[in-house]
Amino acid sequence: MNGFQFQFSPVFARSDVLLEGLWLTLQLSAIGISLGALLGILLAMLRGLAPRALRWPVDTYVELVRNTPFLVQLLIIFFGLPSIGVKLTAEQAAIGAIVLNLGAYSTEIVRAGIESVHKSQIEAGLSLAMTRWQVFRHVVIAPALARVWPSLSSQFVLMMLSTSVCSFISVQELSGTAANVESDTFRSFEVYITVTAIYLALALVMRGLLAVLGAVLFPKGSGLGRLRTQSGR
Amino acid sequence: MIRTFSESEFLFIVASARWTLLLTLLSLLLGGLLGFIVALARTSQLAPLRMLAAGWIGMIQGIPVLMLLFLSYYGLSMGGIDMPPIVAASVSMALYASAYLGEIWRGSIQSVAWQQWEASAALAMSRAQQYRYVVLPQAVRIAVAPTVGFIVQLVKNTSIVSIIGVVELARAGNLVNNATFAPFKVFGTVAATYFIICWPISLLARRLEGRLNARRSG
Repeated sequence: MNGFQFQFSPVFARSDVLLEGLWLTLQLSAIGISLGALLGILLAMLRGLAPRALRWPVDTYVELVRNTPFLVQLLIIFFGLPSIGVKLTAEQAAIGAIVLNLGAYSTEIVRAGIESVHKSQIEAGLSLAMTRWQVFRHVVIAPALARVWPSLSSQFVLMMLSTSVCSFISVQELSGTAANVESDTFRSFEVYITVTAIYLALALVMRGLLAVLGAVLFPKGSGLGRLRTQSGR
Repeated sequence: MIRTFSESEFLFIVASARWTLLLTLLSLLLGGLLGFIVALARTSQLAPLRMLAAGWIGMIQGIPVLMLLFLSYYGLSMGGIDMPPIVAASVSMALYASAYLGEIWRGSIQSVAWQQWEASAALAMSRAQQYRYVVLPQAVRIAVAPTVGFIVQLVKNTSIVSIIGVVELARAGNLVNNATFAPFKVFGTVAATYFIICWPISLLARRLEGRLNARRSG
């Protein structure tokens, strides 16, 4: 009954395996999150510029992705695409799903930022003889991004944590290698405590880095920095 | 033997949504209770309680739901008790929900104007009375929209418990896909079922949000 004793040494003995998994988690997160964020920003911009009637394709994509689980999106890509002849490795399917998923969330977040820019700001920009593109870039997009940076950051961290789901399609990232170490050592609880601690550390470091990046992109003292801290709490 | 994806497979998938819904309901009730305690602790006058609650929220929000699931699953069975997977699944989802709901409700409580606290203190209300009659009734109105929005996240994240063998929507999809090899039909059905559950909730959350804003500005 209460004969359970923690034994971490068999787990630590396989730390090289876990480190390989950690490395893949970092790669998946870095590539997937950069591309996903880029997709989201582009789509939100496109949606902002497009006439009202052309917004529905973007809106449909956002709604479809935001109302279905990441796991199911991953399974559709991993099992579905090969069945119509598109050959994919598990890692490629994972990156595809991450980009698709984060793209939709970022679109929604950046869209809210764009819509929060007041009409009078745009009019003020135009009356200063800025071109439409200049207004869009400096008056709409930059303040929108500054304002939603905290929300974007949390979404990025959530996405990094969600890469653990990729182990379902046998991607050997951190939680995938954890399952291997578990079946080798039978120290299930110890393995998952160790890996959980690694994820927690990753999340904390990532939050810190994103805060620093926000401070660099939208410096304090500038108007953009003020927007960032106002919404950041 | 390869089966074809026919009506019975379709119905099997759609019917397994009842486990998704049950799991959502259980974790919402249990997680809501825990989350309420977390929110109260987070807004308490006692600094250690506040720090404890903040630590809990920060920790759970920095851990993948999958890891919460494994820790609950192996942690609960460590005592040697044979635990049905649905229990571990509900516990992990409740822990997950407690942190997010706790944080949402902390924000709602704190967005009640501080003059309300002062005014009710001036009426000689106890701290409990202040919560019960002044702060919480206002906080609840602010909390409804984001809480409903979070339920969508909860429904979607229950898909993860499929890995410990609870045959909810995602797991049902996997089983049928293994038998039929019709991934688009199978996971399309799974995705559509999730969408039919989640989309109305999303729309409701957005409507509630709009109504709240209208009320505030008007």
